Amino acid sequence: MNVFSVPTELDHQAVDQVLDTAGQMEIERMLFDARHVRWIDPNGMVALLAAGAELKKQGGSPRLQLPDNSDVLGYLSRMGFFRQANGIFELLGRVPKRVSRLSDVLLEITSITANADVHTVIDDVQKRAGHVLASRLGYPATSVVQFSVILSEVCQNIVEHAEGPGWVAVQAYNWTKRLGRYVVVISVMDIGRGFRDSLNDEHSARYGDRWGDSTALEAAFLHGLTRFPDSGRGQGIQQIRRQVQRWDGSITIRSGTARIAQVPEWDITDPVVDGLKSFPGAQISIILPAVK
Amino acid sequence: MMDLTPVTIDVGVLVSKTVTSLHSHLVTRPTGRAVRLAIEAQMAGSGAQSLSVIDLSDVTILDFSCADEVIAKLLQGYLEPDSPEAFFMFRGVGESHRDQIQVVLERQELVAVAESDTGVRELLGVIEAYDARVWQLLETEGPLVREDFERVFPEPSLDDVLERLQKRRIVFQSSISGQYHALSQLVDDTL
Repeated sequence: MNVFSVPTELDHQAVDQVLDTAGQMEIERMLFDARHVRWIDPNGMVALLAAGAELKKQGGSPRLQLPDNSDVLGYLSRMGFFRQANGIFELLGRVPKRVSRLSDVLLEITSITANADVHTVIDDVQKRAGHVLASRLGYPATSVVQFSVILSEVCQNIVEHAEGPGWVAVQAYNWTKRLGRYVVVISVMDIGRGFRDSLNDEHSARYGDRWGDSTALEAAFLHGLTRFPDSGRGQGIQQIRRQVQRWDGSITIRSGTARIAQVPEWDITDPVVDGLKSFPGAQISIILPAVK
Repeated sequence: MMDLTPVTIDVGVLVSKTVTSLHSHLVTRPTGRAVRLAIEAQMAGSGAQSLSVIDLSDVTILDFSCADEVIAKLLQGYLEPDSPEAFFMFRGVGESHRDQIQVVLERQELVAVAESDTGVRELLGVIEAYDARVWQLLETEGPLVREDFERVFPEPSLDDVLERLQKRRIVFQSSISGQYHALSQLVDDTL
């Protein structure tokens, strides 16, 4: 049996360990041992789902040993993790019952497979985002519009380009130690075809030998290239980048073996990372900090 | 005064009629495409010339994909050589829509007449500063004949500018009187 020990703090900085492992492990009897997890954010939760779903897609039977910590279990429950995980993992341990749908969650984990799911996300986020963005981040009341547009565009990326299942989740945290302020974390991941495959037919020739996961990410992220000949396409990611920059936030996209990032001064993430272990689809993380 | 057929299109109502589920937000490309096709269907019986007011007052969220379909592609479609001469004015354009509309118009090098939710009319998209000043004169002082423009803009390029503004469908010249009209004046007069 393959056992992967899930990092005790599973956030945007630790998800590579999950994705790297899931992309390389034998699919037979894969166990994700999350017993010692003490902290998990939307990136961690969605990465676990993506890793498990990928193994299952390849014919495996992934299992997830649930965390011992009751607070973490409760939080996973409030984020809707178990509803999504049920169809992916064999869950080992006691799944807590959901007491109420009312919670502090900004956007529960939502699966994205069709455009109707994007509408659901936008409808749901209207209920809470305005208050959180204003009270926690100090953004103007109107920022809920730009926030919704970011979510809409980033989720559409799954439907329009990935051609595979994906998930989105959003939550606000107090990053007292890391940053001394609140942040909102958006995680959107899929296990579809990824940027390289999506752009391959239309754009690989012009890059020649340089064509790969990192050049495909650069093409889409920096230059707005898309597989569609329509000149109105490809602006979604460009406009997400622009708005995230206005809010002094960070955005990273991992796809295949590479990751590209737009990083503000407070973030130490490398702008481009190549040579990661291959994992299908695209994994997007956006972090929006409170105004100083 | 002129042979334009006026049409008022409330996108808020249209989106709920057009899209399978009731969506108060204009998001996703298929939603935008459905709304655009519905607008085009409403305009189908409007004749060779038409003036449409696209009302965004009830639209809370407009994303870039939808803006590209509902606004940029709509305008683009009627700039084709064989298409009917259709004029559009976008009404109820709030701060929450403005950036998305500006971006999609810039990308396709288009220009559109927008009326804010407070009633201020402006051009969004790509327009030369000189052309915008000529349009602004017409907007505030029109209807005007060529000589009226010439008193303010004596430069020899005036005819080119007026022709360009007509071709871009942000100014209308009556074939009967020869007068130039801002779209907002036509809307006020005919609707």
